[in-house]
Amino acid sequence: MTVSGWLQIAAVLLCTLATALPLGRYMARLFSGERTFLHPLLHPVERVFYRLAGVTPAREQSWLGYSLAMLAFSAAGFAMLYLILRLQGVLPFNPGQLPGLPADLAFNTAVSFLTNTNWQAYAGETTMSPFSQMAGLAVQNFLSAATGIALAMAVTRAFARAGTDQLGNFWADMTRATLYLLLPLSILVALVLVVLGVPQTLTGAVAAVTLEGAQQTIALGPVASQEAIKQLGTNGGGFFNANSAHPLENPSALSNALSIWAMLAISAALPITFGRMTGSERQGWAILSAMGLLLITATATVYWAETSGNPHLAALGLDPSMGNMEGKEVRFGQAMSALFVAVTTGLSCGAVNTMHDSLTPLGGLVPMLLIQLGEVLPGGVGSGLYGMVVFCVLSVFVAGLMVGRSPEFLGKKIEAREIRLAVLAVLILPLVILGFTSASALLPSALASLNNAGPHGLSELLYAYSSAAGNNGSAFAGLNANTPWFNTTLGIAMMLGRFAYVLPVLAMAGALAAKPRIAASAGTFPTTSALFVGLLVGVIVILGGLQFFPALALGPIVEQVLMRDLVTF
Amino acid sequence: MLSHLRPALVFVGGFTLLLGLAYPLSMTAIATTLLPHQAEGSLIRQGDHVLGSALVGQNFTAPGYFHPRPSAAATPYDAAASSGSNLGPLSQKLIDRVRADVAASGLAAPVPADAVTASASGLDPDISPQNARAQVARVAAARGLAPERVAALVTDQTRQPVLGLFGEPRVNVLALNRALDTLAAE
Repeated sequence: MTVSGWLQIAAVLLCTLATALPLGRYMARLFSGERTFLHPLLHPVERVFYRLAGVTPAREQSWLGYSLAMLAFSAAGFAMLYLILRLQGVLPFNPGQLPGLPADLAFNTAVSFLTNTNWQAYAGETTMSPFSQMAGLAVQNFLSAATGIALAMAVTRAFARAGTDQLGNFWADMTRATLYLLLPLSILVALVLVVLGVPQTLTGAVAAVTLEGAQQTIALGPVASQEAIKQLGTNGGGFFNANSAHPLENPSALSNALSIWAMLAISAALPITFGRMTGSERQGWAILSAMGLLLITATATVYWAETSGNPHLAALGLDPSMGNMEGKEVRFGQAMSALFVAVTTGLSCGAVNTMHDSLTPLGGLVPMLLIQLGEVLPGGVGSGLYGMVVFCVLSVFVAGLMVGRSPEFLGKKIEAREIRLAVLAVLILPLVILGFTSASALLPSALASLNNAGPHGLSELLYAYSSAAGNNGSAFAGLNANTPWFNTTLGIAMMLGRFAYVLPVLAMAGALAAKPRIAASAGTFPTTSALFVGLLVGVIVILGGLQFFPALALGPIVEQVLMRDLVTF
Repeated sequence: MLSHLRPALVFVGGFTLLLGLAYPLSMTAIATTLLPHQAEGSLIRQGDHVLGSALVGQNFTAPGYFHPRPSAAATPYDAAASSGSNLGPLSQKLIDRVRADVAASGLAAPVPADAVTASASGLDPDISPQNARAQVARVAAARGLAPERVAALVTDQTRQPVLGLFGEPRVNVLALNRALDTLAAE
């Protein structure tokens, strides 16, 4: 670890913090239905959409109506993307004349982009035409992110309101998130990325003759426009197979810093939005502090593990001062690779600038654990916030059990119904992750997909299902996941991780919105104090640890111990 | 559910036109007009053919050129199929590969780590300055150039962190080798 490395990490995190406040307040205005500086330009577009769709934005929905609208929208988005992928061969902008995708891969990919996971069982440059990338995948990059933000706003309103069953209008929330937030930010980020060297062209590939006279085909495409929303929407699905490690997706240290900021920007701002809309900006800061504490700890752990290097390679005469360079790019260095690893998995982004499969055991444990902790540090756009609210609800309940305070959060009494729904949501992850990993470990055909033997092989499986259920999308990419078994089961895991998680959360929001907001009394456990932040961190870590420690012990933990003894597989 | 059908179809269809076509196509129009070099992949042209991209690594095997990092792409430096090795730290395959590369490189310990480890993309355009310096003797001998002149070229081509902060000192292998060709032709 070096001082300059830490300065780079600090610079990116401070930039994120600096933009979180204005962006958070902007979103609070936007989703409260107030005018913003973009309204003169975009309000006419918004109105056209509502008129064509027959939607009255002021007509709000109950939790059930909101859920049904979200499900209908997701179903239509799935159908559209599935058809585009299947019919790729006859659609335009296909200079490489790539064929349509087989059914299992199209299913997996459509679910993957729909659920904001962006797990990729395919290699972008050899599978997807520019049309599929633009009109298929990138559209869901926007819409899945906007859906996540909309859901978070519905949950936020449950705390801001009292004595109502109305949580907002899904169509209005989703449209505003897309038009006033994601699209303008994407245009800005895409243009800066082009300046930094990311291509934006309809040319499919260029044939080059290298200095040594060899042939090199350089895949190109409309990369910058897709890269921008891929990061801003915490999607993570790369244009190219190597994702953000590819020099044309992420050409320099500056584009790398911008990519990390873009991943974090909205998710770090949403707690501020939550605080403002519920009338307690301090609550927003408390939530953001808990997220930041765990994220910085995770970054430091990866940074330390990776700069400590691989003793196997040091034994072969490698200079240990550069750390573990397998699966890393020279231009990013260890510090900004480590920050990217932690951020992309603390968020449910899943873009990678480092091959996670080649991280040291401890360095690989961190991203896996961050996903398993529930993708709340700070989590995907929207999904991170509502996930964190679930943990806040569980924390005040635990505090109530421990010290006898009455469990309240932002003036809402937390009762048996809310706790049951919150627990139902958090139980989805262990069920899906551990269930499917165990099943795969017993299937010889699934084990044939592994790229590594020994405990690292189990890690590849465990990471895959964690990534899918957590809607992350990064991978221990040695696993050949493009098989009917993995395409199908990972697709199911992604759907359960998104929809089976959020439906109980919305039901909980519905129950909370109906309750009155009571004033804090002497018996109320304060939820903006450092004590609460500590409790929240504790609940997240202990809950995740209890669920996944046994599985992790058989994977990365035993691998770390074996590495010290120079064991190989 | 049926009452949601119309908005669902309208929003998915409308946003596909706006976000899937209008957005990327207008970005393409703006980018190719204002920044054609970057938009088209930062290509380097020599005469009437494309030599490569300034941003994408290419393979060099001749002793008279500086060598890039090992590439895990199926064909090394295949810029149409990027890939890392995805080998774990305890992988016997990884250790065998590194051992063979150390032997083949002829480098003495301490071997610069990036010289024998595969990059994440298989297309890393850069090597560390230590790695470049370690190759100076071989390149100078193969070219019949004075090692000091080649070493000076490496120093010249070493790029420092942006704003003195972001990134690592590094050498772009294609730029270095082009400069080397120019030096040798003098």
